[in-house]
Amino acid sequence: MAKEYIPEKQSGIGQIIDSIFILVLVYVSLYIPLLMKADAAAEAAADAPKPTWESLQLSPVVQEQWVKLGYDAEKAAALINSKFDYTIDPMMLLLTAGIIIAYFVFMLKASDKEYREVISEKFGDK
Amino acid sequence: MSNASTSAAGSERISMLKVLNPFHIWALGVGIVLVGEFMGWNFSVAKGGAYGSLIACWVIGLLYTCVAMIDSEVTSTVAAAGGQYTQAKHIIGPLMAFNVGLYLVMAYTMLEAADALVVGDLMKSGAAALGYMDLETKPFVVFTIAFLAWLNYRGVFMTLTVNFVITLIAFLAILVLFIGVDPTHSGTILKHKELLTDLPYGWIGVIASFQFGMWYYLGIEGTCQAAEEVRSAGRSIPLGTMGGMMTLLVAATLTWFICTGLMPWQYLGQAITPLYDAATLVGNTNLQILLFVATIFSAVASANGCINDASRAWFSLGRDRYMPSFFGAIHPKYRTPYRAIIFLIPIAVSFAFTGLLDQVITFSILSGLLGYTFMSINMVKFRKMWPLGSIKRGYVHPLHPFPAITLFALCVSVYFATFLGYGSTLLSIMGFYIVASIWFTIRRYKFVKRGDQFTMPWPRPEGY
Repeated sequence: MAKEYIPEKQSGIGQIIDSIFILVLVYVSLYIPLLMKADAAAEAAADAPKPTWESLQLSPVVQEQWVKLGYDAEKAAALINSKFDYTIDPMMLLLTAGIIIAYFVFMLKASDKEYREVISEKFGDK
Repeated sequence: MSNASTSAAGSERISMLKVLNPFHIWALGVGIVLVGEFMGWNFSVAKGGAYGSLIACWVIGLLYTCVAMIDSEVTSTVAAAGGQYTQAKHIIGPLMAFNVGLYLVMAYTMLEAADALVVGDLMKSGAAALGYMDLETKPFVVFTIAFLAWLNYRGVFMTLTVNFVITLIAFLAILVLFIGVDPTHSGTILKHKELLTDLPYGWIGVIASFQFGMWYYLGIEGTCQAAEEVRSAGRSIPLGTMGGMMTLLVAATLTWFICTGLMPWQYLGQAITPLYDAATLVGNTNLQILLFVATIFSAVASANGCINDASRAWFSLGRDRYMPSFFGAIHPKYRTPYRAIIFLIPIAVSFAFTGLLDQVITFSILSGLLGYTFMSINMVKFRKMWPLGSIKRGYVHPLHPFPAITLFALCVSVYFATFLGYGSTLLSIMGFYIVASIWFTIRRYKFVKRGDQFTMPWPRPEGY
């Protein structure tokens, strides 16, 4: 049987510090994208002439539904002309994929090492 | 089994009550998710158009069917609070378990915050409809979270019974609306022929829509969190989870059908409450009131289920000392993880008040997605380490390893979808989990009792 590991007992202050640490980490992660300001967002076409229902070239049924929703041509045009940009930056894609793969590889390897300790203590050395 | 924990006094070993049945499991899973039909799913329409959203609905439906199949087998065999966290602990190892525990806490607490925000916004809309403009929403957000936390504190049976009732009403409201739009007479109320368009962004838009397609089902895997509190885990978890999945597939398809037949896709793609808007367009006041109430019920049911699940995951992390052991206590009278429930109240409120709803929702979705990626790896290892017949399983899912492989492939496609719209958020969240993993390895793992991590009455795993 492997020697039993006796863990340290954590103080109350230590428990509070650890709880706060993980919370701070979450908030930092939430705010970082704001600082980077890099996320794609739907962008409305600018400098276009004031739209009318005719210029939007909608069928009468579609126009009727917009009106029922409380939209005039100008408000509807803002949504209709709003487009997502799906241009892919290959370097950014590779970087992101690399980070996700590295994360899982590290985690599986580290977990496996820890798991062997658990099994060894539970079932004894093989 | 380590389903016992210290009481508040720390002197006696007590466990949670086994009082739940398959209906409660259904209510927990569907309750968390159904709000996604009332709002959120439609952002996939903005990403890929109406047909893109329908494809996402079915493709992501397949992803979640795989999740439900895998969950049903593993959870019916590893029946303990913490769900996937406990599975990771027994099958992959402590660091993975710590990460899975965090995925669960983050996914549910952030979803809870978004749900409470929705309740506040709906109250404001309702007040405006009655002539009271500019109602302050924050008290409603705080009240919703605090009231539901109190309900959870007092006991799981009442919590999930309430969830069953309000979730059923919300689901029935979708069926009533479906009948109300006269689906057999196309063109009378529903205008699919005129409103449906080709894919506005082509197939790249369809892939991009997978990210918000997750909203159709996000959280159904939460049924596992109740594994320690059901009377028969082997029967209740598969029945409740698979029944919940079928309910959601029906609800999602009906929701898409109703909304795309009433609203131009550009409006639908940014609508806050699309089903309520659909009822408004039908022009029937009773339907409008019903959908208003159902939307609130769905948000409340979701927040309620999220509190239940997040607290059990946090409790489990504390019980095993992955997080401070203070949180691993069960209330001596109500038998609930009360410290975890109370601790998460201000955190959920603070998430709601960050003003970063986009990031909060993406954090929730990505945490769920990381969990599904883990599940595919977990399932393959589970069958390899304990082949069929070596241990007693409550349920054996068919066609292994195809569900695990399909799940993994679909997870990769959703990572790509998230990259298309929220690349920096994706990196930031991965950064969070990487730093947290390093912190666990260096700082927290020294407090963990090694042998206590394996509590199932199983033989030594093959290969170890």
